[in-house]
Amino acid sequence: MYHEPTSLLRFTTAGSVDDGKSTLIGRLLYDSKSIFEDQINAVEAASTKRGKEQIDLSLLTDGLKAEREQGITIDVAYRYFATPNRKFIIADTPGHAEYTRNMVTGSSTADVALVLCDVRHGMVEQSKRHLYIASLLGIEHIIICVNKMDLVGFDQAQYDAVVQEFSEYAAKLPNQSSGLQYVPISALEGDNVVHASDHTPWYDGQTLMQLLENLEVTHHQGHQQLRFPVQGTVRVDTAQHPDYRAYTGQIAGGTLRVGDAVEILPAGRTSTVTSIETMTGTLETAVAPQSVSVRLADDIDLPRGEMIVRQGDTPTVGQELKLRLCWLSETPLNPGRKYVLQHTSNATRCVIKDIEVVLDINTLEADPEKKTFATNDLGRIVVKTMKPIVYDPYEKNRVTGSVILIDEATHVTVAGGMIV
Amino acid sequence: MTKNTPSLTHLQLIEAESIHMIREVAAQFEKPVIMFSGGKDSITMLHLCRKAFWPAPVPFPLLHIDTGHNFPETLAFRDNLVEEFGLKLIVGSVQASIDKGTAVEETGKDASRIRLQTVSLLEALEAHGFDCALGGARRDEEKARAKERFFSHRDEFGQWHPRHQRPELWRMYNGRRNVGEHFRAFPLSNWTEMDIWQYIYKEEIAIPSLYFAHDRECVVRNGIILSNSEHLPPVADETPQVMQVRFRTIGDMTCTGAVASDADTLEKIIDEVATTRTTERGARADDRRSETSLEDRKREGYF
Repeated sequence: MYHEPTSLLRFTTAGSVDDGKSTLIGRLLYDSKSIFEDQINAVEAASTKRGKEQIDLSLLTDGLKAEREQGITIDVAYRYFATPNRKFIIADTPGHAEYTRNMVTGSSTADVALVLCDVRHGMVEQSKRHLYIASLLGIEHIIICVNKMDLVGFDQAQYDAVVQEFSEYAAKLPNQSSGLQYVPISALEGDNVVHASDHTPWYDGQTLMQLLENLEVTHHQGHQQLRFPVQGTVRVDTAQHPDYRAYTGQIAGGTLRVGDAVEILPAGRTSTVTSIETMTGTLETAVAPQSVSVRLADDIDLPRGEMIVRQGDTPTVGQELKLRLCWLSETPLNPGRKYVLQHTSNATRCVIKDIEVVLDINTLEADPEKKTFATNDLGRIVVKTMKPIVYDPYEKNRVTGSVILIDEATHVTVAGGMIV
Repeated sequence: MTKNTPSLTHLQLIEAESIHMIREVAAQFEKPVIMFSGGKDSITMLHLCRKAFWPAPVPFPLLHIDTGHNFPETLAFRDNLVEEFGLKLIVGSVQASIDKGTAVEETGKDASRIRLQTVSLLEALEAHGFDCALGGARRDEEKARAKERFFSHRDEFGQWHPRHQRPELWRMYNGRRNVGEHFRAFPLSNWTEMDIWQYIYKEEIAIPSLYFAHDRECVVRNGIILSNSEHLPPVADETPQVMQVRFRTIGDMTCTGAVASDADTLEKIIDEVATTRTTERGARADDRRSETSLEDRKREGYF
């Protein structure tokens, strides 16, 4: 157990207090024994203070003072728990329309999305929005937690109706490779969250925790084409390391091997990988997303922002990008301004060439009235960059297919974009 | 997914994430510094910094804010580390801030210099012109840390604004700033206490002896076991007693609680952490002052 190899799963949850999201997370932590006594004591004390008779599990995920005063969640909160086989990172995000930016942020690094719905209300606008964003951000697995089953007497017909509703909507999702799964649960009572429920004999699937423990994720992306964005150069000239030069970075896709014939883009030079190094030893191969240092056969001046790829497996090099965009800033997009586009370790200025479509955040259909992006808007734009960008479509690689836009004047991150 | 590609373990994944982030700090800032407390988290962070730039030396100096109430073991360990890895050490002194009147000593039996550290920290960052301070804080430690960014923007007064944090998407970090503003960077954000211990074990990282069970003269105050020392204001009717203890976190001698323990090896510590039923900061008197102690300190510019 001292260095037991365990896997890592990152998942996101979105929803409001009404869906029972905080209660569900509290239940996952509590039933998996990830809560400590002093945390339970603190929550019991807080429950009593707020006039509650029973321990309120939702208080386990209670946030900042500013949030408690207003009874809302402002931001993405990260939470951690582990079972013997897997470590979990939860990106817990509020689900209201005005917090789309938080959902996008939480989803950008997630392998799995939990979408909560109240069985009595079925699929509401908020669940559609979360489903849409999870799919847009390329999340592989989406689990629909049909909650509050205790309030309908664990009625299978009502559960089936909700499943039907979601399945029909799934055809409209932007990314058809996202897989949907369903679990009937009661977060309040704990049914099918960690422990299988006696109240749902008609359900023979896995509990939510079993699903989370067993889902296969491909986050190391070793099957993809080799992508190595250069972060920096390490240069040393000592007795032990004479005239040493290596390029540092985190592999963004595929497998790097000693002996690989590689190409450097956008410069277009070629070379061979002579060594893959870490402080604790050299490697014959390294896979995404390992952080390593790479040495090449040729002495090349290779600045930050260049990308090492395998010859014959090259990405696109271009200066005009079509982006699916989520606008995150309170200041609307101004098409006349220049923005900084950050892509892996590369940054360049860009101009907005075209605003193709802005969606209505509730219906997720094109809104012809909207001419530009305001906070939380989703849509599609075309940008022209000053320097060439070495990229893949987002659906092929989430790292080399994503960008952020930064306001040059305020330095604030104003948008996230996925390359089409 | 091809079944035959080797899967990376959770430790390899979070290590890769941290090293990538540390290299981003080096690339995006002109004068970063490591906030070094001498505790296991900042020691782990330093180890990751060494890995990020090896075989070149760590390109950041260490900044230690000395309250004057540190455990002697921490200071000795710090000095050895600095010498072994050829690092540059800067010490910011709380006593110096008190002497020049920018910080005012608390009084009473629970007096502590924890809040005063913020004053000395901000003074040191400004005096040296550091534009990014790397910290070993983890999001699992406390609810106010759970919403912290990897790259956390601070205004010209060093203050944190939780409502106006920059969104952080994918693995892109935005360290752009105006003159006078600085950033805090937290490469261990996604690590838990258990991850740290498993990693220290796997990488054979040296840590101060305080973490291992040993005999020590202690007093028990408000349910917290405190090391008896000249810095701890005495209370009538308290008799110090020798106990077998170890520390789960290392801070000031006046507020860092010990736990009764016989875990004198890393293996035993990991076993203990796996079965323990209280949080790591549960023995920190500084966090027990109110429901929002750490949140309030963080807004002011604490670590």
